[in-house]
Amino acid sequence: MISNLGFGALIIAFIVSLYGIVTAILGQRKNNFQLVESARSAMQLTFPLITITAISIIILLVRGNYEVQYVYNVTSNAMPTYLKITALWGGQSGSLVFWAWLMSAFATAVTLRKWDRDRDLLPWVIVVSLITLAFFLIMIIGFENPFRRFWFSADGQEMVAMFQPAGSQLITPQDGRGLNPLLRHPGMIIHPPMLYLGFVSFVIPFAFGMAALITGRKDDRWIRLTRRWTLVAWMFLSIGLVLGSRWAYDVLGWGGYWAWDPVENAAFMPWLTGTAFLHSVMIQEKRGLFKRWNVILIIMTYLLVILGTFLTRSGVLSSVHAFAQSAIGPLFFVFIAITMLVSIALLITRWGDLASEGQMTSLLSRESLFLINNLLFVGILAVVFWGTVYPLISELLTGQKVTVGPPFYERSTGPLFAGLLLLMGVAPLSAWGHSTWKTLGKAMWKPAIATLVVLIGMAIGGVRNPGAFLGLGLSAFVIFITLYEFWRGMRARHKRSGENYLEALIKLAGRNRRRYGGYIIHLSVVLMAIGILGIEVFQTETQAKLAQGESVSLGGYTVMYKSLAEFDVNDGRNVARAVVDVYKDGKYLGELNPRRDYYYDSQQPMTIPGVRSTLEDDLYIILVNWEQISSRGATFKIFHNPLINWLWIGGIVLILGSFIAAWPDAEKEVPVAVSNKRKNQKTQTAASTD
Amino acid sequence: MYNHSGFHFVKKITILGLLILVLFFIPTMNVLAQSGNPPTADDVNAVAKQLYCPVCENIPLDVCPTQACAQWRETIREKLIAGWSEEQIKQYFVDQYGDRVLAEPPRTGLNWLVYILPPVVFLVGVFFVYRNLTKLKRSSPNPENIEEPKTSDPYYSQVEDALKSLVEAEKD
Repeated sequence: MISNLGFGALIIAFIVSLYGIVTAILGQRKNNFQLVESARSAMQLTFPLITITAISIIILLVRGNYEVQYVYNVTSNAMPTYLKITALWGGQSGSLVFWAWLMSAFATAVTLRKWDRDRDLLPWVIVVSLITLAFFLIMIIGFENPFRRFWFSADGQEMVAMFQPAGSQLITPQDGRGLNPLLRHPGMIIHPPMLYLGFVSFVIPFAFGMAALITGRKDDRWIRLTRRWTLVAWMFLSIGLVLGSRWAYDVLGWGGYWAWDPVENAAFMPWLTGTAFLHSVMIQEKRGLFKRWNVILIIMTYLLVILGTFLTRSGVLSSVHAFAQSAIGPLFFVFIAITMLVSIALLITRWGDLASEGQMTSLLSRESLFLINNLLFVGILAVVFWGTVYPLISELLTGQKVTVGPPFYERSTGPLFAGLLLLMGVAPLSAWGHSTWKTLGKAMWKPAIATLVVLIGMAIGGVRNPGAFLGLGLSAFVIFITLYEFWRGMRARHKRSGENYLEALIKLAGRNRRRYGGYIIHLSVVLMAIGILGIEVFQTETQAKLAQGESVSLGGYTVMYKSLAEFDVNDGRNVARAVVDVYKDGKYLGELNPRRDYYYDSQQPMTIPGVRSTLEDDLYIILVNWEQISSRGATFKIFHNPLINWLWIGGIVLILGSFIAAWPDAEKEVPVAVSNKRKNQKTQTAASTD
Repeated sequence: MYNHSGFHFVKKITILGLLILVLFFIPTMNVLAQSGNPPTADDVNAVAKQLYCPVCENIPLDVCPTQACAQWRETIREKLIAGWSEEQIKQYFVDQYGDRVLAEPPRTGLNWLVYILPPVVFLVGVFFVYRNLTKLKRSSPNPENIEEPKTSDPYYSQVEDALKSLVEAEKD
């Protein structure tokens, strides 16, 4: 009953989507706004319909209806209820439903706004959004139906089908296989929704961009309308990436957070073009330049979003042959190809209309530096894209599988990331239109001196690694420049209006949220860079087999093995849990419990590290192996990960900055007269305001 | 002249002799060193880190938790005890399981594309950026003539906002 309800709602949602596409196009053609309104209603109807589908799946999951193949594959009796609910996105077909659900929610939210000023864009935004939605719906209905059930046919065959085959009987297993243990982690519960939210919200600026192309609008209205969507999309994608890293760090048990795995890269690529787009649209808003490039960037971002879903869902990554066997793989491939061709055709048609309104006038202007920023992002994208798809090409052409691993990515993208860090420091100081070395130098020399002091401090502290000097030096430079910018603004307000410094800071950020939110995001990225540098440059590791009472030292810590216990817990796990004492400089710090969980239902082991975390470093201990009689000893792998916590702290600051930047600005400030002495500096600051 | 070339001849012979001596002794010394100090887990991991699990997807051998990988790490240990160099061990795994065990594709044949294509794309990007920057710089050398960006003027924004709200009010 529930299965049929959920599936029926899905079918109706697909028909409604098709109806919306047709009526929107007809309404636009015949200039009949009633038809467009009908299309808008159709768009809004998809959300409650797919909600019915999603809730149906959740009910089946929670009730444990194991006759449904999807429920059988991702849940088991032993799983707690919250995990059963989140199993909605724990498997292929459920996650595609989840994708479509979020997509319909976002597209509905867009259609709820007032469209009076942008009546011409509305039908095309609906068309693009609904085509994307309809594509996902047909994929779910035709190939990844989560409501298919197990049947026992009259001739004794087991089969999977949506509706009862003639003469067959329903098979209802007593228990399911359970969710992949790797996915039973808080990070993995929130990570996919964040990533998907990022993915689907990038569809909205793409839909507006396409609408602008189709209608032939030359202005930047589509960019202004979707600025917050883009920022929100970017924030969700960023949170998704950080949570994914945290999950890898906590669960995969290899001491790192990012492996340049194709699945990670699939989510990282749209983030790269999305970040470039976020910067590049400002050039169009402020100076009327790079209209074509912005359209190209949003097309790329959309295609990479679909490609990301394709890479992770089609089985193509494990083998190109799996792709050929996959039902949805070729469908994705065709959709990406058609979208790309149509987008490019539209772009070529409007190429002349999208000429820049002005010219770039200075090498050091904000727009020039943003252009270089875009170049670096696209450079990183080229590396990541090629590194991700090359193994597939190699397998296809030569039959030889190859691995493109971290050394390739780190070597190729390292200098580009360093360039981006430098730009993050310099670009906010440059003005739109024109800047000179002199004006930049004037704003930079104090932070530069502070950076020099940090570098000298590092040298005195014994740091000798050139990568650390460069990376941490640039990080310090950006932090000092950003804080100095805050300080200059605060001081100006304090002097002008007599506000205390805290009040001045709050009002300063409140009056220009986009600019200061952006600065906070920059700070967050630098904090993350510090965490990444810490683990990349300074990580040390050792492995040792310890008998009870024996110890091993690493990074100033001493780890002593005390005991190990193996026991079953009532959620279907067998746990092997070690107890180790941790000392630093002879001082007892506490005990850690690295463990190995074995899940009976899915027959998979999971390595959970014991971690002592501080702002300075992490001590990360993995239980590698142990003797059945614990007194004989156990093998531990120990990592010392300096500064890694700043990566997670940066992630939290990023959310804060994104919220500030996306919040609507308060009323504009009326400038007041300034003394001649401070006038130049003041003009510089105003000009560099976003 | 004769003395000079003779000196060179002696020098060459000496260097050659030393080279042969070193080449002869290096493997022996290595074996002695290995047999004297059996490889630690860290020695094994240092090699395993550079290799990828031949059956799992994208997991380095040093951290792969499967039983098969534990066995392969044991193989590395045995090879180290036997005096094999890092490169020899890596080659052994390549011979057994193919290029996919290496962290990067070997620089041969089609694989060169991995290393060449991204820099080429980047250079094309550099070319476009360079063209933009030089072209536009030439066309407007005088900063005095630059048109002030419209939206940097707060009054302009205020007027625009007021107009917008007027239009909205009219429509409502």
